[in-house]
Amino acid sequence: MSRAVFDWERPLVELESRIAELQAFSQERGIDLSGEIATLEERAARLREETYRNLTAWQRVQIARHPGRPTALDYISLMMEDFMELHGDRAFRDDPAIVGGIGLLAGRPVTVIGTQKGRDTKENLARNFGLPHPEGYRKAMRLAEQAAKFHRPVITLVDIVGAYPGIEAEERGQGLTIAESIRTFSLLPTPVICAITGEAGSGGALAIGVGDRILMMEYAWHSVISPEGCASILWKDARQAAAAAEALRLTAAECLKLGVVDEVLPEPLGGAHRDPRTAASTLKQALVRALSDLDGIPVETLVQQRLERYRRDRSAGWQRHSSEAGL
Amino acid sequence: MAGQQRPSDRGFFNNLFSRPKYVTVHPRRVNSQTPPSGAGEAEPARTQPPLPGTPTGLETSAPVRLPLTPAREVPDGLWVKCGACGQILYTKDLAKNLYVCYRCQAHLHIPARDRCQQLLDHGLEEEFAAELTGSDPLQFPGYREKLEQAQEKTGLREAALIGRGHLDGLPVALGVLDFSFMGGSMGWAVGEKISCLFDRARELRLPVILFSAGGGGARMQEGVVSLMQMATTTQAVARFSQAGLLYISVLTDPTMGGVYASFASLGDILLAEPGARIGFTGPRVIEQTIRQKLPPGFQTAEFVLKNGMIDAIVDRREMKETLARLLRFHMRPAQRGDQVVQGSV
Repeated sequence: MSRAVFDWERPLVELESRIAELQAFSQERGIDLSGEIATLEERAARLREETYRNLTAWQRVQIARHPGRPTALDYISLMMEDFMELHGDRAFRDDPAIVGGIGLLAGRPVTVIGTQKGRDTKENLARNFGLPHPEGYRKAMRLAEQAAKFHRPVITLVDIVGAYPGIEAEERGQGLTIAESIRTFSLLPTPVICAITGEAGSGGALAIGVGDRILMMEYAWHSVISPEGCASILWKDARQAAAAAEALRLTAAECLKLGVVDEVLPEPLGGAHRDPRTAASTLKQALVRALSDLDGIPVETLVQQRLERYRRDRSAGWQRHSSEAGL
Repeated sequence: MAGQQRPSDRGFFNNLFSRPKYVTVHPRRVNSQTPPSGAGEAEPARTQPPLPGTPTGLETSAPVRLPLTPAREVPDGLWVKCGACGQILYTKDLAKNLYVCYRCQAHLHIPARDRCQQLLDHGLEEEFAAELTGSDPLQFPGYREKLEQAQEKTGLREAALIGRGHLDGLPVALGVLDFSFMGGSMGWAVGEKISCLFDRARELRLPVILFSAGGGGARMQEGVVSLMQMATTTQAVARFSQAGLLYISVLTDPTMGGVYASFASLGDILLAEPGARIGFTGPRVIEQTIRQKLPPGFQTAEFVLKNGMIDAIVDRREMKETLARLLRFHMRPAQRGDQVVQGSV
């Protein structure tokens, strides 16, 4: 478990460690400090609220990128009773940045596809920092179609800042493959539930982010581009990322308001990395609920509704948003 | 001047445009040098050395990213400067040559309305969703002003112009993205127009021809709203396709990002104009990520043709004829009318 601390949560972390020290001290010496400790804990609780309840968009982006944040494979192992990873796109190679396979979720066989970041530098190098090449998206499409053949629902776990920007990725048709993947998931004749667990940037995320239900973790972000990318293109200064994060309206609450996601899943205060088990259990419950919602809908109706959902989103969602802002 | 070079020998745009004419269907050997595989991943199977003795025309190092928008030289717009070879061109002659530089053959950006005029027998006979205009769903700082400026500059309401008309006597639905409107990027309104083009064409059972140009891809200032339009446009194409209708996608300079990674890639037939920049991630971002120079000719029409991502490169001056041929290939003999060769059964 990574204990990386952000600057803006340092006062809280320092206070928490002081309380722990005091408790240890009082136990060791047998001195009653409960009054002091209670006062400090009260202060810590207030500070915790202050720190995490009014996060800026940029702070949320930072939490979404926390190195200890649960990855797709973490969620899979915490949520599922059984899981077998299936590899390869059957055309070029196995992309380690996208994982997929079949498993049991609450006793029910499902196909899970997710982008996979590493938890440390070594893992990140092996996983290419969770940035897929076209073959990764081809693997995703293959597994999705396989699931549809056997009437298995598909769950996607999205945590990706964007598709890999590289020479080989372009040579092998990154853009075209993303388009095909969006099309495949749009028309897939089986239920598709997407969960944005961390970052969801650009077409690279949308390639596995189209479905019947879109869930989003509280501290996740979803936009057309990363805040740094936006700042460096628009303002020629990546250091303005915080301002860009604000302007892009990429937080879960904004995405819900814009009608882009259906449900925001609460995270443990301060982020899923502080309590992965609780985060996974929240996600599991939401997935099981969504699956049962979609049960029994004939696939033709399901696909029809999925397509209509995107039409509705674009006309209704943001208009509601604009009118609230008095446009 | 002694030793004077012809403009086409100067190496601008890596001489991609130096050849007088582009062959319509055959992949070209010239300029098809495979870039050295980078980013530490060796891919021997994919890397072929250039054929010995093949003139690559690529000796001039880094990929040149010159603007293909003709620069105005004098206020009255009588003369413009070619963005590729730098030659001063007479505006009227340039327009007559379909905005292909008559010195270096660079395919310069062409206004959407001119494109319609050039391809359709009587221009756009009906414009679809003409009233749709740009909006600012996120209240993004400075976006309103940018939109207004673009509208003023181009006389368009948004970066897409859609409608129907006749191409060589054949009814078609046509869509054109205009680079000069915020780089041809796709926000909500453009995505809505593209979807509308496919929906209307499906109702009217018309083939769709779509010229895409989107330098920035999905429009950043509309955030996740423009991202969603990648899904809705893709879905509109998919529904259209399910109706058994023909979609010819023509990639023009530049077709990048979310435009390339959605509707533009999903044609039954993918064509490109010579030298058009085509790719997903912008070259600057790739260079910064992999920390190396990109190979010459990277992300050009020639590059994606060689990599098997498009069907053919077509010179703009042969575009109408090529499209008409393709349209007729997709018609039943009775529809083709006088094109049917007697006794060809």
